[in-house]
Order: sequence, then C-alpha cells, then structure tokens
Amino acid sequence: MSYSEPKTLFEKIWSRHEILTRDDGVSLLSIDRHLCHEGSFHAFDKLKMENRTVRCPELTVAIADHYVSTSFPEKGNEVEALRVPIEKLEINSKDAGIRLYGVGSNEQGIVHVVGPEQGLTIPGITLVCGDSHTATHGAFGCLAFGIGASEVAHVLATQTLWQTKPKTMRININGSLSDGVVAKDIILHLISVIGANGASGHMIEYAGSTIRGLSMEGRMTICNMSIEAGGRAGMVEPDQKTFDYLKGRKHAPKFKDWDLAIEDWKTLATEPGATFDKEVTVNAEKIAPSLTWGNSPEETLPVTGYIPIPEDEADISKREALQSTLEYMGLAPGQKITDISIDRVFIGSCTNSRIEDLRSAARIAQGKKALVPAIIVPGSTLIKEQAEAEGLDKLFTDAGFEWRSTGCSMCVGMNGDITPPGERCASTSNRNFKGRQGPGSRTHLMSPAMAAAAAITGRVTDARDFG
Amino acid sequence: MEAFRKLASIAAPIQVANIDTDQIIPARFLKTPRSTDHGQFLFHDMRRGKDGNLSEEFILNQKEFKTSGILVADNNFGCGSSRESAVYALHDAGIKCVIAPSFGDIFYTNSLKNGLLPIKLDRSIVQAIWKALASANSSEVEVDLENQTIHLPNGSTYDFEIDPFRKQCLLEGLDDIDLTLKYQESIEQHELSEETNYPWTRSID
Repeated sequence: MSYSEPKTLFEKIWSRHEILTRDDGVSLLSIDRHLCHEGSFHAFDKLKMENRTVRCPELTVAIADHYVSTSFPEKGNEVEALRVPIEKLEINSKDAGIRLYGVGSNEQGIVHVVGPEQGLTIPGITLVCGDSHTATHGAFGCLAFGIGASEVAHVLATQTLWQTKPKTMRININGSLSDGVVAKDIILHLISVIGANGASGHMIEYAGSTIRGLSMEGRMTICNMSIEAGGRAGMVEPDQKTFDYLKGRKHAPKFKDWDLAIEDWKTLATEPGATFDKEVTVNAEKIAPSLTWGNSPEETLPVTGYIPIPEDEADISKREALQSTLEYMGLAPGQKITDISIDRVFIGSCTNSRIEDLRSAARIAQGKKALVPAIIVPGSTLIKEQAEAEGLDKLFTDAGFEWRSTGCSMCVGMNGDITPPGERCASTSNRNFKGRQGPGSRTHLMSPAMAAAAAITGRVTDARDFG
Repeated sequence: MEAFRKLASIAAPIQVANIDTDQIIPARFLKTPRSTDHGQFLFHDMRRGKDGNLSEEFILNQKEFKTSGILVADNNFGCGSSRESAVYALHDAGIKCVIAPSFGDIFYTNSLKNGLLPIKLDRSIVQAIWKALASANSSEVEVDLENQTIHLPNGSTYDFEIDPFRKQCLLEGLDDIDLTLKYQESIEQHELSEETNYPWTRSID
C-alpha cells in the first residue's frame, strides 16, 4: 500500500468529481445537482439562442422563490411584471423536462431551504445554483457554490463546470456559546474578524467543537454567509446529525443506497494531519449577540457596542468611507447601538427562516406586542405548515407580527417586499448593502431572537435582557 | 463571446471598497432580458443624488469620464450576489476592463464569460495607478491582454497575472460550452464511474 497525504473533506469531493485537468491547471468538474430559480431565464435564453438542449434534466430541480409574493402566493405575484420570471421558470422547466417545485407546490420554498429539506442536498456531492448563497448546502458536507448565468447555461448544457481549484481555509470555532448567542452571531462575528473578503479565493471548512455542537439549521446559517466573507464555498464535515437530518427525506437515498451512502459519507471527513492554506481560530466563548451597523457585513459589533467615530480613523480614505456610511445609515458617531431605533422587522431568508429560527423568535414574541411592522416569512411551505401545527402563526399574529407565505421576500427586494427609503430594518437576512432591501433602505443584520426583540421595543435590543 | 485583445481607453478611479453587485445593478432591474441595453442600469442608485438626478460627484457622470472603458476600483469589487446582470451593465455601458486589488469570486468569473477583463493587482499598485491618473494630463490607459501589461499615461507599465485558460478564452472569444463538448467521451466515462461507485449521486428519486 502506498503512503498518501492526509486529505481534506474538500479534496476528497473535488478529486471524485474531476473529469480531467488541463495542463494549465483548470479542471472540468462533474456536477451532481443543479438547482434553478427564476433568475435562470438568462441561461435558458442563451441555450435557446445557441440551439442547445439540457443534458441532464433529471439532475436539475427548479424552485420558485425570488419573485414569489409572500402576500398573494397563489398568483405567483400580484404584479404582472414580477410574475413574468416565475412563468418563465415554469415554461423553461416544462420544456426541458426539469422537475419543478413552483408556486402552489407543497415542496416550494427558498431554494437553499428546500434543497436540504427535500433531501436533494447530501454529503459528498457537487451542487450548484445561480445564487451566491448556495454555500448553505455545504453544511451537509458537500461542495456547493454559487455561479452566474453563463455558468448556469454551461451546467445545463454539459452537467459540468470548468473550475480552478480554490485554496482551502479551515475556520476552527471552539468552546461553549454564552447564553443567547446563536449561529448568526458566530458568522457575523467571524466576518468582522476576517473581513468581507477575508476568505476570497478560498473554500472554507468550518470545524471545531462549537460547529459540531450546532444543529443542522445552525450549520446552514454559518455556511450560508460564507460568501459574505468572500469564500467560494463553506462546508462542515458530515456526522450523525447530518445523517439523522437526511434520513427519510423525500429525495434522500433509500433502502440499500442509504446504507451504502452512509458507509461512504463516513469516509469523507478531513483526515488528521491534512493541511489547509490558511487556518483561523475563534474562541466561541467571547462571542456576544452581534449585529451589523454599516453597509458591509464586516461592519459588525456586539449589541453592547458603540458606533465608530470617524475622527478616530487615521487613514483618510477609511475615515471618509466611514463618514459616508454613517450618513447613509443615519447614525451618529459614538452612538450606543441599543439607542438605534428600528422602523420595521424582517424575519426570514435563506439564512434564518427555518423552524429553529421561527421558534427562537417566537420565544421572544410570546405574549408581547410589536411596536413596529414586522413580517415573518417561513423558508418553505413545509416549514410554514410545521410552524402552524406548533401554533407559532397564532403566537406571532397575537403579538402583532404578520404571518406570511414563503419566498425570498425582503432579503432581496425584488418581489414587492421592500423597506421604504430612509427606513431602518432589523433583518435576519445576509446582506446590509446600500439599497439591498429597497432603494434607500437601511439594514441591520441580526439573529431571529434579536430581530423579534427589536420588533417589540422598536429599537435595537439585547435579546438576552428580554424577559 | 466577444474577444478581448487590447484596449486603450479613459480609466475612471472609483476609490470605494466593497462595491457590491447590488450597487452595480439594483435587484429591481434583474428581470430585464439580455437583449435590452443594461448600460442604463449601471450604478443606477449610486450615481444619483437624493433628488433622483444624476450627481456630478459620481465620477462616471463627469464629462471627462463619461466614455470610460476602464474602472480602477478598490478591494472586493463585485462582491455579493451572483447576478451576471452586473457584468451586462458594465459591458453595455462600454466598460471592458476593471482593475482592483480583489474581486468577488463569482463576479470575476462572470466577467471573463462576457469579454470583460478583470485585473487583480496589489493594492499598492492600484494606489499608484490612482495617483498617476490624478496627476497626468490624460486618463487614457492601455491594457494589453496578450502581453499581460498595463500602460499608464505617465509612461509607467505594470504586468498582471491571469489564468492561461481564461486568457485563451478571452483572446479568442471562445465559448467554453463548445470547448467542453469536445470532451464528451471523458465526461461520459466519468459519469459512468460515478454511477457505478456512488449511484445515489447521479439520480434523484
């Protein structure tokens, strides 16, 4: 037996999918799963123009989420112009023979929530989608990353992708989380430490006792925001929690395949002694409930913090950038974070819309009254049904929150759900970019519990103090 | 795809870090088909003041820079959403090259698929280019992909790196789907072995 270098989870999946590597170092990778949403119309248009067909429609699943109205889902969207992309998805998938979880389907929801929920996302595979938050699926120990329209067309036509092997980065998160600190706080804190391009060009593996201790939902929240740290993908090694989550899911392997798959999945973990191009270690015990104050996810502070003061910044260009951010966000230098008033609240998105997220928001909202408009948008139709079976819908509506249908909603600002200009939104989504939630909108990213607490008090609130 | 060989054009410095694709093209324009001119959406909200009118403060609104074909940007340009419309908007507005210290990964790939050359340079070099543009009489910069060089109006020249595969695709305007289909046999062989070894990965029941 020849000695071989210890391998990482990523290297094992990569080499398994490498069809060929050119002399110039670029590899052709086989793709096992392709998820499409409404934005795929550009790729389908390109195929049509070039007279090409979809090579493996059986490995592609189309799911409507970006343009679906959360108030009138039965029509797709009440606004005709916003209905068009949904209809295009329906037509394109029908023409190509692609399975569609469209409007009205019981399986419909946000693509990155539906994939795992339906057992489409499994360890060891390559999974792509024309959406940057595809890294979410990496929580299951697969290689999942977002691609643009040209690459979507390439996958549709060939079921492969040309990729240059990314560098690898292991982020070790160890220690027990303090009470009231959740996965969202970990990832926001981490991005503030390594920066919005801290993982640029890298594939991240999240490891350590804190990650192992998280639920699958928590791991998904972490992997989801890998792109906000600049990472191409994020992944966690599969373990018993992964297998337990997947067992019996609609599209998960069954019978003999399930046993064979489990046997294989147990061999995927990074081996002791395997090396990464970069390693970062974070002490989980030091993480506090956190939120963003600026327009980049790296602009994150603990809820106990204060807005930075431009005059303290020595670098002129950084000082000017900070001044401009504070002006856009309507914040005063040195302001106490918990003095920031909130105009509306959004609990949803592929980052935080799963049942665990809704339960955590519900614990805060129970028996209280929201002071500002607040919407709850479950990540999928199934999660909505589960939450309703648990009585969460009633709990939320009694507390003055609006209970909506599933979709990308106010995370993406393209389906009718927006934050009006100048308004400040406490949001459980993933991007606090200028205008992300609507032109002129001001976003503060935080966990579901913190967003629910903000709804009750009308200002940024430490959910830990909230009895 | 449109080929890229050489470009001599006005270069506009945009000294703001983390310009995300939502700023390059806001989400509400993403439903627009490719056949529509996307140049009208480029930096749509960023280039307008609170009154909704074009602001002279934004460099591409200034007379001298209206015809810019090159942007010299800061860290993490094109971060965020995978929307290829961000590249369509730059392309249709006549911008065929972006120079920056780092890029959003997906934006970088999307650019190469649309004949737009993204050039990564050390931030110190990008700063030197900003400085040179501010002090020279002309803002015309020449980018030569074949030789991987950038020539500034003050006479200085910088080399840049690019992956040889992407360089070839850009120089020849190659569509990589055609290229991939030439490997059909290897693809099929590989799929067969995946189906044999890991059958649960190659079907969705």
